[in-house]
Amino acid sequence: MSAAANWTISSVRDALTAKKISARELTDDYFGRIERKNSELNAFLTLSKDRAYKQAAAVDGLVAKGSSLPRLVGVPIAVKDVLSTEGIRTTCGSKILENYIALYDATAIARLEAAGAVLLGKTNCDEFAMGSSNENSAYGPVQNPAAPGRVPGGSSGGSAAAVAANLAVVSLGTDTGGSIRQPGAYCGIPAMMPTYGRVSRYGLVAFASSLDRIGPFAQTVRDIAEVFSVIAGWDPNDSTCANVPLPDYTANLDKSVSGMRIGVPDEYFAAGLDLEVRTKVEAGIALLEKIGCKRVSIRLPHTDYAIATYYIIATAEASSNLARYDGVRYGLRTSAPTLSEMYRKTRRNGFGAEVKRRIMLGTYALSSGYYDAYYLRAQKVRSLIARDFAEAFSRVDAIITPTSPVPPFKLGERTADPLQMYLADIYTVTGSLAGLPAISVPCGKTSEKLPVGMQIVGPHFSEGRVLQIANAFEQAGGFAI
Amino acid sequence: MKISREEVLRVAELAHLELSEAEAETYRGQLDSILEYVDELNEVDLSGVEPMAQVLFSADDAAQSNLREDVEKPCDAGTKLLNQAPEARKPYFRVPKVIDR
Repeated sequence: MSAAANWTISSVRDALTAKKISARELTDDYFGRIERKNSELNAFLTLSKDRAYKQAAAVDGLVAKGSSLPRLVGVPIAVKDVLSTEGIRTTCGSKILENYIALYDATAIARLEAAGAVLLGKTNCDEFAMGSSNENSAYGPVQNPAAPGRVPGGSSGGSAAAVAANLAVVSLGTDTGGSIRQPGAYCGIPAMMPTYGRVSRYGLVAFASSLDRIGPFAQTVRDIAEVFSVIAGWDPNDSTCANVPLPDYTANLDKSVSGMRIGVPDEYFAAGLDLEVRTKVEAGIALLEKIGCKRVSIRLPHTDYAIATYYIIATAEASSNLARYDGVRYGLRTSAPTLSEMYRKTRRNGFGAEVKRRIMLGTYALSSGYYDAYYLRAQKVRSLIARDFAEAFSRVDAIITPTSPVPPFKLGERTADPLQMYLADIYTVTGSLAGLPAISVPCGKTSEKLPVGMQIVGPHFSEGRVLQIANAFEQAGGFAI
Repeated sequence: MKISREEVLRVAELAHLELSEAEAETYRGQLDSILEYVDELNEVDLSGVEPMAQVLFSADDAAQSNLREDVEKPCDAGTKLLNQAPEARKPYFRVPKVIDR
């Protein structure tokens, strides 16, 4: 088989079934690709070769026996390094966990492997998933394979780059304020954040617990649906995981979207939106209308307050979650004569600048005398943002927006001003705050050949519909519009 | 000015972070502009609005649908955990002396 082959889940299955390639050969091929390209891209932090070849051997055994093959049989995957993998280091992009070996597997990874997927390795990301450019990784930035010299987006930049560069067929990322959707948009591939609670977070290292979600990157919407069908569903090990019926997300993919009402919020096409991004997303909406969707103008009046709300809530939760890194039980320790000095020096040496900034902002927002003014107020505005969406969804089936107000920017271009970096998350943090599912799909390129992403947001647990619209858009040629 | 250098140092102490003089000044400026920005939340009329405590369910729904049976299960992670510790004297984690006698 050609080394440049652009595999999908079904083409892997067909080739294995027809014995055109073995899982071992396919795994070899992917490790070869990674060897050739990773030094330039920096998408992978750790490779899991032993584990991959063991799984490939098991898959080849199934094929040889003529057994029925599981859903993701032989599919080479990559996972963001905030997901725990037993026996393989899990760094979270941080120096504080440089040598940390997880003791168990995240449920999402265990489910992928149970379905026959081959884990190639762990991908680079912003430290503890805090960032929008992957430049906050302690292990260096990731290059955007679709736009050389530019950021791949973040925080799941390595997972997006790995799939975009064909170093994995599918990958998992995590999304707290846009960390799956924005890198998907920047690297020119589809990427989905599920409903809050739809995918178990057991084994996900926590950043902001009321926001964090796990979701897939792939080359096609169908492959997103396949992976999502495997990782979704109740898990007794995660009490925040929803116990609601689980449909097969591929069942309705090819159904017509004729008659679907798509809402276009005025607030998302206002000042700050790059003109070329706007033009492409408008063309995307026109294409959806052409295939039968009905465009409805809607308002989401609290959109302007979403960034402030998000950065108070996310940092408050982060300051609490990251208190566990103290040099006592695992990870880095910097020795000192007293316990309190040991904590302070360990955290000074182990955390990068953005993580410290967010811990301090969150600690401030939760501290005595400021709680009501910041955290409590933000949680109330969050209710209003969620209510905006609930009202909109009484009139429309899905909402269409740009994924990011700007195309991928140059490496180093935005690192000096944290607030400016935060402001570019405006179109993604809203769905995060409201717990909604959303997919970003490629929507053409700018005149400089930079990928543009279009976001499709649905009501809670409407991933089937969101995927159906995304698939119709892909089939109509929307990715290359 | 929303936040003073003294407040930055107090917050760093609460968060168990050691900061250099230069870092304290950098963070003061950055936190200041972020806090200035989030002040826009004061414009919103929040009378009668409840804070969002649960993303999807009321606490009662969650309790009914999500909790597993309270059954005791063995957990043998102790040794493995201690093997990862920066310093251990099994079965304990070792830390610098906390109380002087």
